[in-house]
Amino acid sequence: MSAGSASERRRHPGLNLHESDAHPSDGEVVFGFWVFMMIDAVLFALLFAVYASLGANTAGGPGPHEVFELRPAAMETLLLLLSSFTFGIASLAMKYQRGMALLQGMLALTLLLGLGFLGLEVHDFVGMADKGALPQVSAFLSAFYALVPTHFLHVSLGCVWIVVMMVQLRMSGLDRITRTRLLRLGLFWHFLDIVWVMIFSFVFLRGLL
Amino acid sequence: MGGDGGFRRELRDYVVGLVLALGLSGAAFALVAWDPWAARTMLGVVAALAVLQLVAHFRCFLHIDLKQSHRDDLQLILFTAVIIGLMVAGSLWIILNQNQRMM
Amino acid sequence: MRIEALAGPWLGRLSLSALPTDSPVAMGAALVAVLGVLGVAGYITGKGKWRYLWREWFTSVDHKRIGIMYVVLALVMLARAVIEALVMRLQQADAVNRSGFISAEHFGQLFSTHGSIMIFFMAMPFLTGVINYVMPLQIGARDVSFPVLNSISLMLTAAGAALVMISLVLAPFSTGGWSGYAPFTELRFSPGVGVDYWIWAVTLSSIGSTLTGINFAVTIYKKRAPGMHLFRMPLFCWTALCTSILMIFAMPALTVATALLALDRYLGMHFFTSGGGGNMMVYANLFWLFGHPEVYIVVLPSFGVFSELFSTFSAKKLYGYTSLVLATMTIAVLSFTVWLHHFFTMGQSANINAAFGIATMLIGIPTGVKVYDWILTMFRGRVRFTTPLLWGLAFLVTFVIGGLSGILLAIPPVDFLVHNTTFLVAHFHNMLIPGTLFGMIAAYQFWFPKAFGFRLEERWGRVAFGCWVIGFYLAFMPLYVLGLEGMPRRSAEVFDEAFRPWLLVAAGGAVLIVLGMAALAMQLAMSIRHRDRNRVRAGDPWDGRSLEWSTSSPPPEYNFAKLPAVQGRDAFWTMKRSGRAYPPLERYAPIMLPENSAIGPLLGALGLATAFGLVWRIGWMAGLGTAGVLVAVIGWSFVRRPGRTVDERQVERTETRWHAVLVAAVPVSREHECDPRNRGLADVAA
Repeated sequence: MSAGSASERRRHPGLNLHESDAHPSDGEVVFGFWVFMMIDAVLFALLFAVYASLGANTAGGPGPHEVFELRPAAMETLLLLLSSFTFGIASLAMKYQRGMALLQGMLALTLLLGLGFLGLEVHDFVGMADKGALPQVSAFLSAFYALVPTHFLHVSLGCVWIVVMMVQLRMSGLDRITRTRLLRLGLFWHFLDIVWVMIFSFVFLRGLL
Repeated sequence: MGGDGGFRRELRDYVVGLVLALGLSGAAFALVAWDPWAARTMLGVVAALAVLQLVAHFRCFLHIDLKQSHRDDLQLILFTAVIIGLMVAGSLWIILNQNQRMM
Repeated sequence: MRIEALAGPWLGRLSLSALPTDSPVAMGAALVAVLGVLGVAGYITGKGKWRYLWREWFTSVDHKRIGIMYVVLALVMLARAVIEALVMRLQQADAVNRSGFISAEHFGQLFSTHGSIMIFFMAMPFLTGVINYVMPLQIGARDVSFPVLNSISLMLTAAGAALVMISLVLAPFSTGGWSGYAPFTELRFSPGVGVDYWIWAVTLSSIGSTLTGINFAVTIYKKRAPGMHLFRMPLFCWTALCTSILMIFAMPALTVATALLALDRYLGMHFFTSGGGGNMMVYANLFWLFGHPEVYIVVLPSFGVFSELFSTFSAKKLYGYTSLVLATMTIAVLSFTVWLHHFFTMGQSANINAAFGIATMLIGIPTGVKVYDWILTMFRGRVRFTTPLLWGLAFLVTFVIGGLSGILLAIPPVDFLVHNTTFLVAHFHNMLIPGTLFGMIAAYQFWFPKAFGFRLEERWGRVAFGCWVIGFYLAFMPLYVLGLEGMPRRSAEVFDEAFRPWLLVAAGGAVLIVLGMAALAMQLAMSIRHRDRNRVRAGDPWDGRSLEWSTSSPPPEYNFAKLPAVQGRDAFWTMKRSGRAYPPLERYAPIMLPENSAIGPLLGALGLATAFGLVWRIGWMAGLGTAGVLVAVIGWSFVRRPGRTVDERQVERTETRWHAVLVAAVPVSREHECDPRNRGLADVAA
């Protein structure tokens, strides 16, 4: 069998399982989750549009140059990108049955990286508050606090989801249900990365230009 | 059938993805830190890097590519992109124009 | 000590003063609502039916039952909103140069609840219910893709509707209209809880609709019967698909708009406030990013219904199927390019207005294609003027008139002239009443026999039709005139004697429409009483064309004992003509169905508690509700239930019983379909 065959046999993008492991209704579930993610994407896009519309309205309060910092944003980016990679290995461990230890270990590592990201962000928000940059100060800050914490909330829910999956894996091992759930969690996690790329590019980097 | 070779090959995909992602974000951050050009040019470059990284993530982490036999997801994503484009571009066109006229 | 002071810390801002004691009309409405709920609850208790309702209906995940519950919800809310419309019409007719019988504040609440209910709790549940019932049957599926999610959507929508009903007793509701424009709806100008009621009711319903959109789209993509290619689907399924896609992409805009408004109101942020750099135009923009596609969300399913009707009652295949599909898709995409025409007057440059005005007019083209297709479907057909078809004909004429006024409004300079007048009110009622409501009522008349196994009485149906259509013209044509004469919309009082005659005519129209509602209720009551005369259990009373008619009426819970093999468009019609309809009894395989689930009602209740707590600033209730949702969802993910099996003997029993009905039924030709002779078996030779 040629080297490219594995990817051609993937019946469904995101449904990264061997043919024998996939159940017909799994495609439905994963496709439904894709649709959900696209809804989330529209939601974020609109929050970006609001941010772009109101970003200049600092109303006498601090502007982007006073409140954004390059270094923490870079650190957060690093953590989140690494967590996507560790989740990738987790899904490979699941697909190629490299043992529960690797799978659980990678999930735990992803969780740690995610929590690290959240911790750094909380630190950022507290720092901003210390500088008087509260959401009530101006439309610019309101829009910022609508966009970035929404992503924060998504990552938090992703972390809860990882914990739930680690427990469920312990309880019932890898079966159809846990498999497709892990697949969807993976999609969700990678998707949040993409949103973060947009955030650091169009909020932090743009603000610091 | 999906033995060691498959694992290695797919692992390589993820490694390539990680390297691309780190490289592209690193480039964007580094550029802003060095600040070599005018703000307008910089914004264009940062935006271009973001779009490249978006494609890299879709390709390497979310496994969306052009040679799938089932294209439902790709169509869905492209349609979403069109709708997002309409909504965001339209909104900004309207709101920024209003801002300008209120100056 | 006063009760309020005691209740204070536990009940947030809620106190006895929330009861609408200041206005006799509002108090009367609150009383009717309370007595209605008590009466229904008492009746159910008296009959000992709670257990049955809970097990067979509220926890059901069967798309047919969920569909019926959606439609019931829609009809209840329709009754309230129509009565509110009547009160408003009477008030305006009364309040020429004097203050009328209700206060301006109350009038503001009336047009806000009327609009919000009609869109979010009448049109949306109605079309969702009809699609839920019909679409899986038409594509030859056993259920939707995510049956439990379906139940959750229903219960969230019901929770939103309940919140609006509660606001009748624990008043007030918002006075900000169905669009809730900021900054009027900001805390500074609307300090009461009214706007919060609106925000959370709409949010609950929009979450429900978003999930419904996902569910329907995935069902149509993934669950079609073998051979049911996309381009073989009945047109109703196409419109259902396009509506779901619109729900998926438009609802987030509403969620963002209401969420940001809530952040402004609850946390003192500055998105749409007049100070702090806020920009109210961002709200208008977000709202209509949702609002315009929403218009097509509510109108497309009716287009689908009418396509089915014209073809069925002309006994002809749909004219220009492909063009209808393409027109539907075009409308769906174009609907994302025209939202600015809702705020032409907001001050952007003329170029932008022109661009959006042109895009708006473009939508007229695919819609026009549809109208011609429908007319040509009837052309040279043997058209039977049954009640459902009558609604369709009224729609065709009325909708075209509304569309013409829409083309006028799409011209920005004209819009500037009639902006904020009753001309606009006339226009959108002229689109939505025929385009949504007539379609849904026609769907109800058309598919009722499928759902309950007996036809609705024709006579009362015709009375209802007459009242509605004449009432509509009387109620809304005068508003065009009034609008051109400059009468502002949403006025509690008017100050020009010249308006009086037109307002009187409009009030008369509203009375007729209420009579039309009463006739619909009468039709239902009489049909239930005489149901034996109108039984159509064999399942095909109208010589139907699509697969839903190939099942018994009502269909078995599993829909199809064996999934049908589809060989073309109008699948059932061809099967009947080639003798392949009603396959003989055979050995059946057991059928897996999802188990009933209490998670839907639970999440609905938790959502309602959260929303109520948020409205009245009852912290513990909102907190517990939110935590409850999280715990319930996570807990639910640990529950593993294999589903329920309908074994082969049970399938065989059900199928045998239906076959006996089929054998006993005398085929009836299309001319006699409204006779008692019609038992639901069509005479194919005729």
